[in-house]
Amino acid sequence: MPRYAKPTTVNEALALLAQTSWRPLAGATDFYPAQGNKPITDNVLDLNALDQLRGITTTDTHIVIGARTTWTEIVRAKLPAAFDALKQAAREVGSVQIQNVATVAGNLCNASPAADGVPPLLVLDADVELRSQRGTRHVPLGDFIVGNRQTLRRNEELLTAIRVPKASVAGVSSFQKLGARRYLVISIAMAAVRLEVSDHTIRKAAIAVGACSAVAQRLFTLESELGGQDISRANGIVAGAAMPELSPIDDVRASSEYRLDAAREIVSRAIEQAISSERSVR
Amino acid sequence: MKSQSINLDVNGTSVTLNVDPLTRLSSLLRDELGLTGTKVGCDAGDCGACTVLVDGEAVCACLAPAAAVDGCRIRTVEGLAGERLSALQDAFLAHGAAQCGICTPGFLMAASALLERNPRPNEFEVRDALGGVLCRCTGYRKIIAAVLAVAGEVDCGRSAEAPSGIARGSAVGASPARLDGVPKVDGREKFGADSFPADALAVVVIRSPYHHARFRLGDLEKYRLANPAIAGVFTAADMPGINCFGVIPAFADQPALAEGAARFRGEAIALVALERSALHDFDASDFPVEWEPLEHALEPGPANPVLHESRADNILVRGYVERGNPDSAMEGGDYTVTGTIKTAYVEHAYIEPEAGFAVMDGDTLVITACTQAPFMDRDDTAKLLGLPVEKVRIVPTATGGGFGSKLDISVQPLIGLVALKTGRAAVLAFTRAESMMASTKRHPATMSAEIGADENGRIVAMRFNGTFNTGAYASWGPTVANRVPVHASGPYFTPNYRANSVAVHTNGPVSGAFRGFGVPQATIMQETLYDQLADQIGMDRLELRIANALRNGDATVTGHVLEAGVGIAACLEALRPHWTRALHDRKSANESGIFIRRGVGVASCWYGCGNTSLPNPSTILIGISADGRVKLHQGAVDIGQGSNTVISQIAADALGVPLCCIDLIGADTSLTPDAGKTSASRQTFVSGKAAEKSARALRDKILRFANVSNAATLALDDGCLIICEGDTRRAIDLGALPADGLRYVFSAQETYDPPTSALDEKGQGRPYAVYGYGAQMVELEVDIRLGTVKLLKITAAHDVGKAINPLLAEGQIEGGIAQGIGMALMEEYIPGRTENLHDYLIPTIGDVPPIETILVEVPDAEGPFGAKGLGEHVLIPTAPAILNAIRHATGVLVTQLPATPARILAAIKDARK
Repeated sequence: MPRYAKPTTVNEALALLAQTSWRPLAGATDFYPAQGNKPITDNVLDLNALDQLRGITTTDTHIVIGARTTWTEIVRAKLPAAFDALKQAAREVGSVQIQNVATVAGNLCNASPAADGVPPLLVLDADVELRSQRGTRHVPLGDFIVGNRQTLRRNEELLTAIRVPKASVAGVSSFQKLGARRYLVISIAMAAVRLEVSDHTIRKAAIAVGACSAVAQRLFTLESELGGQDISRANGIVAGAAMPELSPIDDVRASSEYRLDAAREIVSRAIEQAISSERSVR
Repeated sequence: MKSQSINLDVNGTSVTLNVDPLTRLSSLLRDELGLTGTKVGCDAGDCGACTVLVDGEAVCACLAPAAAVDGCRIRTVEGLAGERLSALQDAFLAHGAAQCGICTPGFLMAASALLERNPRPNEFEVRDALGGVLCRCTGYRKIIAAVLAVAGEVDCGRSAEAPSGIARGSAVGASPARLDGVPKVDGREKFGADSFPADALAVVVIRSPYHHARFRLGDLEKYRLANPAIAGVFTAADMPGINCFGVIPAFADQPALAEGAARFRGEAIALVALERSALHDFDASDFPVEWEPLEHALEPGPANPVLHESRADNILVRGYVERGNPDSAMEGGDYTVTGTIKTAYVEHAYIEPEAGFAVMDGDTLVITACTQAPFMDRDDTAKLLGLPVEKVRIVPTATGGGFGSKLDISVQPLIGLVALKTGRAAVLAFTRAESMMASTKRHPATMSAEIGADENGRIVAMRFNGTFNTGAYASWGPTVANRVPVHASGPYFTPNYRANSVAVHTNGPVSGAFRGFGVPQATIMQETLYDQLADQIGMDRLELRIANALRNGDATVTGHVLEAGVGIAACLEALRPHWTRALHDRKSANESGIFIRRGVGVASCWYGCGNTSLPNPSTILIGISADGRVKLHQGAVDIGQGSNTVISQIAADALGVPLCCIDLIGADTSLTPDAGKTSASRQTFVSGKAAEKSARALRDKILRFANVSNAATLALDDGCLIICEGDTRRAIDLGALPADGLRYVFSAQETYDPPTSALDEKGQGRPYAVYGYGAQMVELEVDIRLGTVKLLKITAAHDVGKAINPLLAEGQIEGGIAQGIGMALMEEYIPGRTENLHDYLIPTIGDVPPIETILVEVPDAEGPFGAKGLGEHVLIPTAPAILNAIRHATGVLVTQLPATPARILAAIKDARK
C-alpha cells in the first residue's frame, strides 16, 4: 500500500523526502486530473499542513512567495506594480475554484508549457528555493523548468518558496492571455511584460512568452533592442523582432504559424498596456 | 492509502468519517454522506458542477482531497435552503436559470460565494465569479439574470409566475416556473448517478484504445479468480440475445460488446463487475487482452478500409431530393455563387455523463438511467439481452442534458447484462473521457453548393452535395442523410433544386443525433452562399432573404404546398429595425476602429417537427383520481427543455382546470404510455397534441356524465369535481364513484400521429406535418490582428406558432444559440486528443453575449393551440449568422469550422496575398 504523510514542519517533510520517493500534493488541482481514475500507487506527501510555506513576506533582498500561496492570495495581496502581470495571470488560472486552492509553486512544478504563472515570474527574474536535508539551493526559474513537465527538482527536494529579487521589483508590468474562449481556457499564447520607463524612454524591458515553446521563454533579444528606446518606437521594434527564443508547435489549439503571429501581437499589447498603466501610476 | 479520521462541518452538522485521506471531497459527499446534490461532471475541475464552499470559498469538490478539508466548514447545495428556498434559489426558478439542472448546484454555490463577498455585483463580476461552471442548456443569460436579480438589479428580463396564481384557461401562454424545478435548485433531483443502491456491483467497461483493431481475449477465468473483488467478467459471448443494436431497426449494426474487432476508439469489448468498495483501487489496465491495430480512417475516402461488409464503399445511405430543372435553371440564372464548407465532429458535452443502475425485480429487469427515449431503450435492451420487452422496465431519471446523444443506448445493456447474469444490482457512471469516446457526435460534413438567382434577386435554382461522416456505426446517420436534402434550401422558395447527401462510415466516433440532424451543417452552406449572392446582386442581405422567403401557398423543395402558418417572412421582418440599427452602429464603429472590425450577419432556419415521413405517434393518458387530482401520465422525457411543464399547461387548458390541479406521473415505461422520444423538436407539438386530445376527451366524458355543455367550467375541490354552467352547479363526490384499475374515476388516453406522406424517388412528398421557422442576427467584432471574435449581441426571432410558455421558449432559444456559438467558433472533437472538457471547448459564461428574443406567433393548424416545435430550430441559424458577420467584418469567409482565431487569421492573411 502506498504511503500518505502530512508533515507539519518543513524539516519533517524533508526527512520524509530523504527516505523515499514521494509525490508532493498541495492544491491537488493537477494531481487528480493527471491521476484520472487510476488507483494511486505513488507515496503522497501532503504539504497542506506546512503553514510555514504560506503567504508572502519581504526580506532585505527579496519578496518571497511561500510555496503554498494560492492564486487567490496573490490576487488579494498588496504588491508593487511590477507584480501586476502576476496578479493578472492569477485571475486567469483555471477558474475561481482553481485559484482558491491551486498554488503558485504547484503551477511551476507541474511545468506545463501553458502554465499561466511562469511568464509573469520570469519577467520578475524570480528564482525558486529548493530545500533538502542536504541544504538549500536557489535556481533561477528560467533554469528550473527544463522541458514539458520536467524540472530540476530532485526527488529529495521540496520547493519551499519563489523569490523575486528586490532589484526586479521595479517598473510596471502587464499580462496578456490568448485563448479560444473567455474562461477556463488553456492559453494558445500568453505574454508578460515588465518595463522600467523614465522620460518616455524604456530603461529596461523584461518580456516573456508562454505556450509558444516547451518552456516559457524570456525574449532577451527583443528586450535588448527595446532598451534605451523611446516608448513610441516600441511597437515598431516588436513588429520587426526576430524572437528566436520561440519554437511553437501545431496542436489542437492553434498552428505554429498562428502562435508566432499572436505572440508578437500580444507582446506588443502587453507593452502598450504596461506603458498606459505606467502613465496612470504617475 | 490507509484510512484516517476526517472531521467536517457539513451544512452545519458535524461529521466524522474514516476514509482514505485522498478520497475526493465529491466522492465523500456523494458516496459517504449521500449528498448527491453535488454533481460530478468531469472529475478534473473543467466543469465546476461539483462546486461547494469550503470555509466560504468556492472549490471544486472533485479536486479537494478529504485530508485537505479536515476541520473545514463545507457548504453544499443541500445547505442553501432553510424553511424555504433561499432568494438565490427562488431567482433561479423565477428566471428559468435551471433547465436540466445538472449544473445548477455548481452555479448556486459559486454565486453564493460571490454574493456573500459582494452583495451587489455587476454583470462583469457575476461572469468572473461563475466563469468556472459550465452549462450546456441555458446559454447562461438567465443564470446571470437570476444572480443580478438577487443583487437588486431591476431589469432582469422575463420572470416566471407562480403556477398557483395561473387561472383556469390561461395556462397556455403563461410562464409558470418549471413544474419540476424545485428539486433542481435544492439538490434533491436524482440524475443517473444519484440513486445507486448501496450493495450494488460496479461495472467497469473495457474499451478499445485503437480506432480500428482486432483483439484476442486472454484467460478471463484466471483474471477473475486473481482478484476476489471481481464478481464476473462479461464479453460478447455472454450476451444472451442478438448482439446488435441501433436506433433505426433496419440499420441496426452495433454490438453492445464488440466481437473480435473494434471499429472505433472507445468501443466496449468487455465488462468487469466488481464490488463497489473495490472500485477505488481497481486498475483496468491489466485486463487480459491482446490488440492488433488495423488500418483506420477518420475521414471519408475512397481507399478506406470497409467497415461493414454489406455496405460497399462504406456508404450507409444516400439522400436525394430533386424538383424542377436545376441544371437548366442554374444556367439561365443571372447570378450564381458556389462554395464549399467543412465542419467538425461536435460533442454534445452535456454536463451529466451517462449513468444508471439495473436491478432484477423478480424476472423483470429494471433499468433506472438517464435517457431521452425510454421505450427505444427498452426495446433495444430487451433484444440484446434476449428478454421479452415486457420483462424490461425503463425508469428514466432526471437527465442532465441530452441534445440527441441520449437517444442511443449507453449504459443500459451493460448494467442490464451484469444484473441479469449476477442477480445483483449493477451500477455504472461513465467517466467524462468514456462519455466523450463512446457517445455519438454531430456528423462532420463536407459540402458544396451552387445557388442561382435572376436579375431581381429571386432564387432560380440550387444544387447541393454533402458527405456526412457517420462514423463506425449507423445510429442516426440515415436520418441525417434524409433530413439534409429536405432542408438544404433553407426556408426559401427554390423552384429548381437538387440535393444529394451521403452518410459514409469511417473509424471515427459514431455520428448520431445532435440538435438539428445535419440541418445546422447544411444551413451553414446555404446561408453563407446567400450573403455572397446578395453582394453579387448588390442587394441588402436581409432583403434578399425576405424576397425569397417561403409564403403561405408556396411549395417546398419536396413539393409540399404549405397552405398556412409559414412564419419565416414574419421572423425576418421582425429583424428589420434591428438590422438597420446594427448596420448603422457598425458603420460608425468601423470609422474609428483600426484593427477591431465590426460585422453584422443574419441567417434563417426552418425545421420539420417529428420524424421524416415516418410514423411518429405519442400517447398520453390523463385521469381524475378519487381524491380529486388530475393525473397526467406524461411520458415525454424532460431533459431540461420543459416538456413536463409545457405539456401540463396544454393539458390544463384543454381540460379546463387550473394548472395547479395537475400532478405529473412518469416518464416510466410501466406507468406512462409511449410518448415517443425527446427528439426532432416533437414533444411540444406531437406529445402536446396528444395531451390536448386526451384532455379534451376526458373533458367530453365528464361533460357527458354531468350532462352539461362545453360551456361548463370544471373545478376540483376536496375530492369533489365541481361543474358549473350558468346557474347550475353540480358537485360530484369522486370518492363515491367507481374507479378503474388505475383508481381513476374518469380517464382518457389518446394518441396523435402527425399526418405525413412518404417521399417518392425524387424526394417529393409531405415529410412533415409542421415546420417551425426562425432567423437570427449577430453583431460581433473581429480583432483582425489576432483573429479573435467578440460577440456583441444576438437578436433571435423565432416563429413558435404559439409560445405555450414564453419563459421556457426563451430558454430554448438562448441555449440553442450558445451551442451554435460553440459550433461556429470553438468546438472540434478529435478522437484521442480532445476527450476532456479542457481540450474540447464549449462556450463559458463569458462567451455568450446578450440575446434579445422576439417570439413570433404564426399559428399552425396542426399543432396544439397553434404551437410548433422549437428545440432544434434555435441552434440552426447561429453558426451561419456568425460566419456571415465575420465575413462582413473582415471580407473573408471561413470555410472550415470551427472558425478558431488561427483559422480566421489565416483566412485574413490569405485574402491579403
